[in-house]
Formats: sequence, C-alpha cells, structure tokens
Amino acid sequence: MPTPERFSYDVVVIGAGGAGLRAAIAVREAGKSVAVLSKSLFGKAHTVMAEGGIAASMANVNPNDGWKVHFCDTMRGGKFLNHYRMAELHAQEAPQRVWELESWGALFDRTKDGKISQRNFGGHEYPRLAHVGDRTGLEMIRTLQQRVVALQQQDKAEFGDYEARIKVFAECSASDIFMSGDGDSRTVSGVLAYWRPSGQFITFDTSAVVIATGGIGKSFKVTSNSWEYTGDGHALAMLAGGSLVNMEFVQFHPTGMVWPPSVKGILVTESVRGDGGVLTNSEGRRFMFDYIPEVFKDKYATTEEEADRWYTDPDNNKRPPELLPRDEVARAINAEVKAGRGSPHGGVFLDVSKRLPADVIKAKLPSMWHQFKELADVDITLEPMEVGPTCHYVMGGVEVDPDTEAVAGVNGVFCAGEAAGGLHGSNRLGGNSLSDLLVFGKRAGDAAADFVEGRTPGAAPEAEIDAAVERWLAPFDVPAGENPYTIQHDLQQVMNDLVGIIRTESEMEEALRQIDALKERARHIKVEGGREYNPGWHMAIDLQKQLIVSECIARSALTRQESRGGHTRDDFPGMDPEWRKVNLICRLDGDSVKVTRQALPLMHEELASLFDTGELSKYMTREELTALGREVAQA
Amino acid sequence: MSTSVTGIPQGTRAQLGVKTLRTDRWWLQPLVTFLALLAFVIYATWRAFENEYYFSEPLISPLYSPCLSTSCPEGATLFGWTPFGDWYLGGLAISPALFILIFPLGFRMTCYYYRKAYYRAFWQSPPACAVAEPHRKYTGETRFPLIIQNSHRYFFYMGLIFNVILTYDAIIAFRNAQGEWGHVSIGTLILVANATFLWLYSLSCHSCRNTFGGRLKHFSQHPVRYWMWSKISILNHSHMRYAWISLIIVAGTDFYVREVAAGAIPNLYLF
Amino acid sequence: MSYMAKFRLWRGDNGSGELTDYDVEVNEGEVVLDVLHRIQATQANDLAIRWNCKAGKCGSCSAEVNGRPRLMCLTRMNTFEEDEVVTVTPLRTFPVIRDLVTDVSFNYEKAREVPAFSPPEGLEPGDYRMQQVDVQRSQEFRKCIECFLCQNTCHAIRDHEENEKAFAGPRVLMRVAELDMHPLDTKDRREIAQDELGLGYCNITKCCTEVCPEHIQITDNALIPMKERVVDKKYDPITWLGSKIRTRSSSK
Ligand SMILES: Cc1cc2nc3c(=O)[nH]c(=O)nc-3n(C[C@H](O)[C@H](O)[C@H](O)COP(=O)(O)OP(=O)(O)OC[C@H]3O[C@@H](n4cnc5c(N)ncnc54)[C@H](O)[C@@H]3O)c2cc1C
Ligand code: SF4
Ligand code: SF4
Ligand code: FES
Ligand code: FES
Repeated sequence: MPTPERFSYDVVVIGAGGAGLRAAIAVREAGKSVAVLSKSLFGKAHTVMAEGGIAASMANVNPNDGWKVHFCDTMRGGKFLNHYRMAELHAQEAPQRVWELESWGALFDRTKDGKISQRNFGGHEYPRLAHVGDRTGLEMIRTLQQRVVALQQQDKAEFGDYEARIKVFAECSASDIFMSGDGDSRTVSGVLAYWRPSGQFITFDTSAVVIATGGIGKSFKVTSNSWEYTGDGHALAMLAGGSLVNMEFVQFHPTGMVWPPSVKGILVTESVRGDGGVLTNSEGRRFMFDYIPEVFKDKYATTEEEADRWYTDPDNNKRPPELLPRDEVARAINAEVKAGRGSPHGGVFLDVSKRLPADVIKAKLPSMWHQFKELADVDITLEPMEVGPTCHYVMGGVEVDPDTEAVAGVNGVFCAGEAAGGLHGSNRLGGNSLSDLLVFGKRAGDAAADFVEGRTPGAAPEAEIDAAVERWLAPFDVPAGENPYTIQHDLQQVMNDLVGIIRTESEMEEALRQIDALKERARHIKVEGGREYNPGWHMAIDLQKQLIVSECIARSALTRQESRGGHTRDDFPGMDPEWRKVNLICRLDGDSVKVTRQALPLMHEELASLFDTGELSKYMTREELTALGREVAQA
Repeated sequence: MSTSVTGIPQGTRAQLGVKTLRTDRWWLQPLVTFLALLAFVIYATWRAFENEYYFSEPLISPLYSPCLSTSCPEGATLFGWTPFGDWYLGGLAISPALFILIFPLGFRMTCYYYRKAYYRAFWQSPPACAVAEPHRKYTGETRFPLIIQNSHRYFFYMGLIFNVILTYDAIIAFRNAQGEWGHVSIGTLILVANATFLWLYSLSCHSCRNTFGGRLKHFSQHPVRYWMWSKISILNHSHMRYAWISLIIVAGTDFYVREVAAGAIPNLYLF
Repeated sequence: MSYMAKFRLWRGDNGSGELTDYDVEVNEGEVVLDVLHRIQATQANDLAIRWNCKAGKCGSCSAEVNGRPRLMCLTRMNTFEEDEVVTVTPLRTFPVIRDLVTDVSFNYEKAREVPAFSPPEGLEPGDYRMQQVDVQRSQEFRKCIECFLCQNTCHAIRDHEENEKAFAGPRVLMRVAELDMHPLDTKDRREIAQDELGLGYCNITKCCTEVCPEHIQITDNALIPMKERVVDKKYDPITWLGSKIRTRSSSK
C-alpha cells in the first residue's frame, strides 16, 4: 500500500460551509497557513441552501432592537437550555460579522436609507434578519468564498502562489483525526482524508483542527439536509476524545414540501410566513391560533384581525401565531394531520396566494416560486402549498468552550457551526444559524491560530495512518456483503419512525436495538467498483459516523424525561425545571455511547436581569431563582 | 506548499463521437432564421439596384430615403438636397439607394441581436446550443474584421438620423397626391408603422441602453437617466421582436410603394 | 403510476467510456436525479453522480440530458415520453473524472483571475450605504449557483479547447460585470475583461442564457453591457475623451 501524500499546515479546517470558511479566513488573517477540507465542491456546502436570512440586531428597521433583545429571544426560543455565554457572544457580535460581509462584497437587500434591510422571522421580536430575497445562504457562502479568493490573490502578489497560505481541498473528505502524546499534553497531530475523485488518501500534519462539518439530518428519512449531513464532525470529535451535548434536540422544520414524494422534505422557507403566508387545515381554519402555548400567550395575537394588522403595524399589535418558534408550529401541524384535518398528501396548507399580489410574491420569494414551479408544478401565486415537518437542524453538537470553541477535553480541536452544541438550547430560531456560523467560525479560527502560535505542526503517526487506511479499504476486499445504500435507508427509516418528532420510551428502546443491529450489518459492507469517485464507498465510510451519531440521539432522547423544544416525549409531555439544569453529554466508550448528566451553568445576574421574574419562573427552579436574587412567592 | 498530485485524476473530456445528442428539432430555428434573412437580403439587393418605382407622391420607399442623387424625383429628395449628383458605372446610373443603405445595413449588421442571428444561422458558430460547430478555429470578435462590431454605437447614432428622416417621410405622407394636408391613405399608415417600429427597434438597442443609463454606477444619483434606462430595458427585452418586425415592415413598405409607383395597385385613401 | 423507463448513461473514466443501458422504475413526480439514485442504489452502487441539495440551489448536479445541459434535480421525468430513451452524459467541456462527474476546476481557476471587490479606502464595515436600485443589477448576477452549465455550453470553449487559456467564460465575465456595477467598487476591470479574460471571444449567441437554471439574463444584462463598457473605455474616442476630461476636472 503506497503511503498517502503528505501536507503540513498550521491549521486544518474540516468543512467549507459558513463556519469553516469564516474560521479559515480568521486563521489566514492571523498569518497562519490553513487547509480547508470539504466533501463537496467549493461553495456547495449546506450553507448555500439557507434561505431566510442572518439574524443580527443591527436595528436598521426597528430602532428598538439591540443585542439584549436578541439575546432574550434566543434564550426564549431555546427554552433557556442555551449556554448563556454563547447566546450572549452571539447576540453581541452578530452585527459586526454581518457588516464585515458587506465589506467583502455581499449585497444584501436595502432599506430606504441605504442600510441593510431586515425581515421578520419566527421568535424574533423585531425585524432582524439581513437577507437577499430568499437566497441569503448563497450570498453568504459566495461572499466568504470570494473573500478566500481575495486573500489568495494577496498571497499570489506576495508569494507568487495563490495557495501559499490558504488552500481549499474540495471533494476531499476527512476520515480520521489523529492525537499524539499522553495525558494533558495529548494534542492533535494530524488528519487523514481521501480525495473523492481519485480515492487516494492524503494526510495533513497539523496541531490544530477546526471541525465545521454541519449537521446530522441525513440519518432521517424526511429531511431538508443533503447526503453530506452524516455527522462526520460529531463522530470525529468523539473519536478524538471529545463529547457531544444535548443531541436529543433535533429541529423539525414545520414546513417542508410533502409532494411529490421525491422532494418530500425539501424546505419551504419560514419567510413565507414572515411575509404573510398563513397555515390552514383541510377545513380552511387558521389552526395555529389553537396552539399558542402558555409561555407565549402574551406575545402572540389571538385573533386573525390583530394578526393581520401586525404585518403593517408591528409596534401596536401582536404577531401572528404562524410565527411561533419552529418546534411549536411543527407539533401543531403534526397534531392537525393526526386529527385527520390534513391536506391530500399528508401535510397542511400554507398559503400566500390569497394574501399577497403575484408580483410581490415573485419579488420577495423568488426561489420558492421557482422551487414549487419546477419541482411540484405548483404556482404559489395561485394555489396554496402543501407542507409538513421535515428534519432540518440539530441543536445539540460537540461540546465546546463558549469563548474559544475549543472542544472540551481535546487539545487542539475546535468546533463551530451546526456541528457545535450549546448556543441554541433546545430549539434554534430561524436566522440564528447563519449568524452562529460567522460569530463562532471567527472565534474558532482566532483561537486555533492562537493555539498554534509557537508550536511546530504535529506529525501524524505512521502506524495509525496505515491502520486507518487499511480499515477504510477493507470493504473492497470482502467477497460479498451488505449494500451500504440499504443500510443507510434502513437507518433513516428507524430514526424517522422511532426517534422522530414525537418520542416514547418503548419506541426509542426499539430504535437502539435496531441501531445495534445496523452497526453489526455495517461491519460487513461490500463496496462494488473501484476507488475513483465511488459514492457507494463514500457512503460506507460515512455510515460508520452516522451510526455513532444516531445512537447518541436515541440514547440522549431516551434519557431526557421531559418535553422541551426539539424533543417531545409522549410519555413526558411537560417541561420540567429540574431537567432544564441538565446537559446530557455523550461520550464514546469503546464501541458504544455513554450518556452522562452535567450541570448547565446558570447565567449571571446581569443577563438574568433582562427577564422578569414571572418569565424566569416558567423555566427555573426555586433554588435557581433564589440564587439569582429573585423573590419568589411561596407556591 | 506543494500542490497535490493525487487529488483529481488527469482526465480528458468524454468522447461521445457525435456532434450532439439533442433529440429535439434544434435545427429548425437556425434554418428559419437563415431563410428569412436570406429572403430579405435577396429582395433588398434586387430593389436597391432596381433604381425605379421607389417614389409615388407622397410616398417614398424607406430603401431610398433620403434620396440624395440628382436623378431623384423632385418630391423624393430631402428639401431638394442632392449632394451626390449622379454617378455612373459602365453607363448605368448608380442607384441612389446604394449611397445610403450602407448605414441601415451597418446598423443591423453590427446589431447585437442580428449578430447572434447570423453567427448562428449563417456561420453556424454555433448552429444551436450544445451542437458542435464545424469550424476548426474560433477567435470570436477579438480581431479584425469582427472587432469592428464594437462600432455599433456609431451606427446607432446614424440610425437615429435615419429614423428622423423616415418619420418626416411618414409625416409628409399625410397629404394627398396633390400635396394637400390632412389626408390618410393605406400608404400613410404603412409609413407610420414603418417609422414607429424603426424607433422601437433603435430605442431598444443595447448601445442605446448603455448610453442613456447603463454605463452609470449609481442610478440613485441620476434619477432621469435611471428612468430612461428602465424604460429602455423594458423595450430591450423585446429587441429581437422589434428587429424582425421592423425588418419585415421595411421590406413590406418598400414593396407597397413599388407596387403603387409601378401602377400595379392604387394607393387607397381613407379620407 | 410508475412505469419502467429506459435510461442510457455514460459510464467510464478518463475519456474512455461508453453509453450503458438501464431499465429502471420511475414514479410519479420524479426527476432525473431520483431515477439515477435508484439505479445507484439497486443496480450500480458505484455510479458516480455529483449532487447536494436536490432543489436547484447548489448547482452540483449539472449534466447533459438528451444532449441538453441541465440540472438533473430540476429535470422532471414527465417532460419525457414513457417510451423515450433518456440519455444522460457528463458535461462535455470538462474532463471526465468518472461517469457523470467532471473536473470543473477550470472554472475556479478562472474565477481567481478576476480582481476581487475593492471598496473605497477608509470605509468602515457598518458605514456602507447603498440604494436598492444601485445594487439590484449586481444582485441578479449573484443569484448564480455556479452550476457551470453556461461555461459548459459556451461554444467558444466547448468546441475549441484551445481557447481555454484566452477565454474565461460567461460565468466569470458576469462576475466582472457584477463588480463593475457594484456601487461601492473602486476598480476598473474593463481592460482586464477584454484583454485577459477574453470578453471578445463571446459572440453573444446566448447559449449561456439559454441554459442558465437561475434564468439570469447573462448575455443581455451582463455580457453585452460589459462589451459596451469596454467600448466606452477602449474603442469609443468620444467616451474616452469624456472620461479623460472628467477625471481631470474632478481631480482638481
Ligand atoms: C434548506 C435549509 C435552509 C436553511 N435556512 C436557514 C436560514 O434561513 N437561516 C439560518 O440561519 N439557517 C438556515 N439553515 C441552517 C443553516 O444553513 C445551517 O445550519 C448552516 O449552513 C450550517 O453551516 P456549517 O458551516 O455549520 O456547515 P455546512 O455549511 O453544512 O458545511 C459543512 C461543510 O463540511 C464539509 N464536511 C462535512 N463532513 C466532512 C468531512 N468528513 N470531511 C471534509 N469535509 C466535510 C461539507 O462538505 C461542507 O463543506 C438552513 C438549512 C437548510 C438545510
Ligand atoms: S453569449 Fe457569449 S458567453 Fe454566452 S454562450 Fe454565447 S458566446 Fe458564450
Ligand atoms: S450563470 Fe447560470 S448557468 Fe452560469 S454558472 Fe451561474 S447559475 Fe449556472
Ligand atoms: S440595434 Fe440591436 S443592439 Fe443595437
Ligand atoms: S443537487 Fe443542487 S442543484 Fe441539483
């Protein structure tokens, strides 16, 4: 077996989405060399698909907005399970990160006075999402991509080589992270990856890795996520000795396409609702008015008249319940369909056609119009859409330090973006992901550059490289075995049916049994064909990671005996303040996953002062309230 | 830092061995364009050399206007202006059309739409999208002679002068054969339509769009030019349509005038 | 409402390959990419296809379907007759890696030759002010999902591999137009467009526009306006003189 080609970089960033690219830019701007790895082509990462916008309290549209309001919205949306420090940093730094994009060439939609326009979104008190029509993610990733190119042009001028300090390895998947040393000095020493086009392995000698691999949604059958979302970064972090936090919280976006079957799950952006679209059931009723939960009663309109007035006069009216946080809307749709009031193809109706003139729809929601026209033959300016919940985002993720994004317990590994956990608590607000990528991508990049200061890049251990390569190539050599596509398909079915939107103990126990069986089957995969651009082989590698992560989700979900945000237990329907104090941590123990409980740090008083006692007492225990210096009436 | 040697296998293009795999009737459009343009060229050439039947008070053929030779009938000249005198070649008088047609011809030859049309239909470069072209070499409009296409805007300016003249021709067609105003004939309507579509064709021109606003960086600081650019952009959307309609009307107008001048049909007056 | 369809896929690598036939089930509402995934999962595990979003947003799944450059995820099966053979081949202009996957690095290399956005010196992030009317032209071009169908279809390189050095292709020239129309960009890229990126190779025959899945008016709104701007700078003595006088008077 030939030894893999070798490279050496100060920092290796795994993932070329918003988080990865922002981290790489930070590393390069700090004068360090950086390699960026991506499973797909440059500029095609999931970030490209984001539609609605980037949340940042620039207060361009409503001057009352500010980071404190954004912070509160984020905490509320996450049902106070968020890591308060991350939510604080995120709210404070998001505006700066968005403005920075503009100085790199991004062209957001404008307000009358020439500033960045901001739109309404579920859970955000004020219009807060910077956007470009409904293709904001495209604008963001293209801007970052072009920023990378701009830096490469500077390097070309200085060193005569575009790739002197920042190089993108496109279609090059990381399969292993190597650690060297013992005890406290155990540090990253390298990364193994394979080129998808040629099937050849390469190694990177490095002493810092930033994981920015995005989410896990491909483990579910109905999903808005692509083949890339197999949770590689989550698994890599665990294998390196790190842990995942709160993996039970998976966001089911309320509005995915439900028909035709081949596009089931593809996202219908929330801006449809932000811009006036309403949800109705088969009886024509705007059913969301029936589902406003207690904690939000005073923040949402209770009549259609008031809800409709809000679009034009948001200061004096309450917002329509269609804009409740995603978990609420997804559960409501689920309940309507179960009650037999669904649309013909098992969703509900989402209608803008009766609410906005056709040309306004086409101007505000161009890619939605396009998407329904091309994929479903539906003209959304004339007919309602049929929508239903789809797996969309994972709130849980790699456990990191809030300030530096250093993966807990692993020297030299950092993590940002959807792959990291903490910021969103039990439920993410729309628009808070793109800002998350920028804020924490930059922080992770800065911290990685700091970390390598004065270090010589590590050297990946030969023996481990060879062992890993051999292991990944093994499925070529078995005479017969399992088809990777079938295993993935079965896993998706298990997760969808047994660990989906509504969960119960017995189903999840069954899921864990089935995942065990799938793990066993996955040991006997047979890969057909050769090594050059062989998706079957790539899937075989991804599956190993997918199975680990799926087990984490199922195990954490089984452990958390309450319903909160993106985790709904049929057998424990209420929110429990005792559980709010608990983070569930997944670690690898040999081949299997162990879940432990860990205390969630309590926010400090200054931040807590942003909420009134009434609101906090909906979420917190008496002891916590007392610790925050609040007077609580005897229950 | 080294570049990778193992990343992407060095490959060549897929060799399919056929010009195209398209299964639709991709050849139809270039064929129609070819035949239509060819028909016009043949007709216009014949008429330009015919040197006859281009004027019948008050109608003048657009192919002969302005008529600048001494041999032009009196009413056909522009205020009696005949700067070219009469030219002969081998005893034959050179048709007055030949002095002027170079301008409308140049305007259309360098027009961005017609360029597309004849590059595709005549030069087959390419015949249709994703259909291989027959040429071994291709340099586009980078060198002589095709680099001259960049002069299009000057032909556009000239075209505007012609439009004014042809509009004038249409206005004076609101007379009867005795020169009295206030009459409308079929010929009047045809000349008016001709002038109208020539204006639409010229105003929807890409050079026009650039001149009136396209070259600006900040529309917001030039509201009037932005307004003009927006309107021109709307017209520009239909530039191809105006190119064809105006072409057909020019030929039709000429044919009508010819038939009237030759006495084959009367120029019917509505009032 | 499913039926068996006949598919013919180009399979092979490094330029040598052949069209291979598959009989495969097709269900209501499917697109070509769904059918290829079915072939991949059941008949040819190693069939190489590139895709991500399956919703026409990422520009990964470009190929040629019955000879027409298309996104496979946006090519609905109901546009074909049930007995029609559907032939899918890789993009012709780029080297094949394997099966339907091509090496599109040409496009990334060319993109690197366009000088990046350069804002006015001293303008701080947060202080940018632009009017909607001033950004909307460039916004149209920024809808580009980099599927490279236009690059693939442009005959100037598709039929003339030798022009790959001199000509950057419509996507890249559109990027020049985008920056040239950006209200806060300070660089003049007109000469680079003509002399280094080969704008003159474009003979405005509009195939790029015809295949663009984002329906961007590449030729009418980017390439022709860019050609006109190049004329302003390089070939038109009047505008050239005008700009000289203007810069002289404004530098005073
Ligand atoms: C349809 C849709 C719409 C959305 N809309 C919004 C919105 O409006 N607002 C909002 O805030 N959020 C939105 N989101 C969520 C948001 O887009 C994602 O959470 C975010 O883009 C994730 O970014 P990331 O940088 O973490 O990862 P990604 O952008 O997904 O990038 C992951 C990168 O990691 C690479 N990678 C993965 N594994 C490996 C490996 N093993 N080796 C090498 N590389 C690897 C991938 O190739 C990719 O380049 C939306 C999501 C979807 C799916
Ligand atoms: S219009 Fe120009 S760039 Fe576009 S395909 Fe034709 S020649 Fe190529
Ligand atoms: S301009 Fe259109 S065809 Fe060309 S790469 Fe962009 S999206 Fe694709
Ligand atoms: S006349 Fe056709 S573009 Fe000018
Ligand atoms: S898969 Fe993204 S465009 Fe087709």
